[in-house]
Amino acid sequence: MTGAVKVSLTRRYRFAASHRLHNSAFTDEKNSDLYGKCNNPYGHGHNYVVEVTITGPVDEATGMVANLGDFDPFVQREVIEPFDQKYLNEDGPEFQNAVPTTENLAKVIYQRLSKFPKARVERVSIEETSKNSFEIFGDGH
Amino acid sequence: MIRITRKMEFSAAHFYHNPKFSAEENERVFGKCNNPHGHGHNYVLEVTIAGEPDPATGMVLDLKELKDILQREVGDRMDHRHLNYEVPELAGQIPTCENIARVIWQLLELKITRGKLDRVRLYESPDLFVDCTAQNGDGSAADSGARN
Repeated sequence: MTGAVKVSLTRRYRFAASHRLHNSAFTDEKNSDLYGKCNNPYGHGHNYVVEVTITGPVDEATGMVANLGDFDPFVQREVIEPFDQKYLNEDGPEFQNAVPTTENLAKVIYQRLSKFPKARVERVSIEETSKNSFEIFGDGH
Repeated sequence: MIRITRKMEFSAAHFYHNPKFSAEENERVFGKCNNPHGHGHNYVLEVTIAGEPDPATGMVLDLKELKDILQREVGDRMDHRHLNYEVPELAGQIPTCENIARVIWQLLELKITRGKLDRVRLYESPDLFVDCTAQNGDGSAADSGARN
């Protein structure tokens, strides 16, 4: 007797962007102390890797949780086009009043991807570098 | 509880085709994966077993034994095979990463001699993998998403 199985699919995407960690509510000295090198006024960049996990029933007609023919263009439109080769602080609406830490970026990307209509986005994880990653789950944890 | 994970690789061919679809629909839904000549992947399988270590051996499950189970159940069935034609457990299913992982879960679930099968992770490429895990007792975990 075998039990029911949950199936999820994870896909990795990449984009490159620059940012600067700076909070205008803080003094320059506090920004420098808090954010260190990341506070450099000219900004700096990363090759971000976004790992997205989607889940749901496997459609027996296609064998898929979601067709990547639908999901890849959705991620392209919602994440790659808005953020690739951009300056996160200024090139979009989300970080006009928020510090573009990768924690905040993960929340923004999760909100964008959670609109996917054909499967549930369960998790978004972003690698800022090969040594740092930031993870958000759809249930708010 | 301790989780142990063993990795293995196998290489196989497949293509996606639903005989109930028209040729145009197959092409539209499956794109390049519909090529009837097939194509292949180096699949990477990670199998995780959860349990308490045996006090006498210090092991959840002897990795040598797990390696042998994986070879027998997965390697011997799928390595250097065409998944559309040569794996009876996949007959009638489209050999997507989802379906292959689910079949591997079913093949392994009752063959694990100590501990419990916790997760099957199957990489089709470094940028795409599927996880199979046991669904919550109330059945809510897997079926909360909208159907494609």
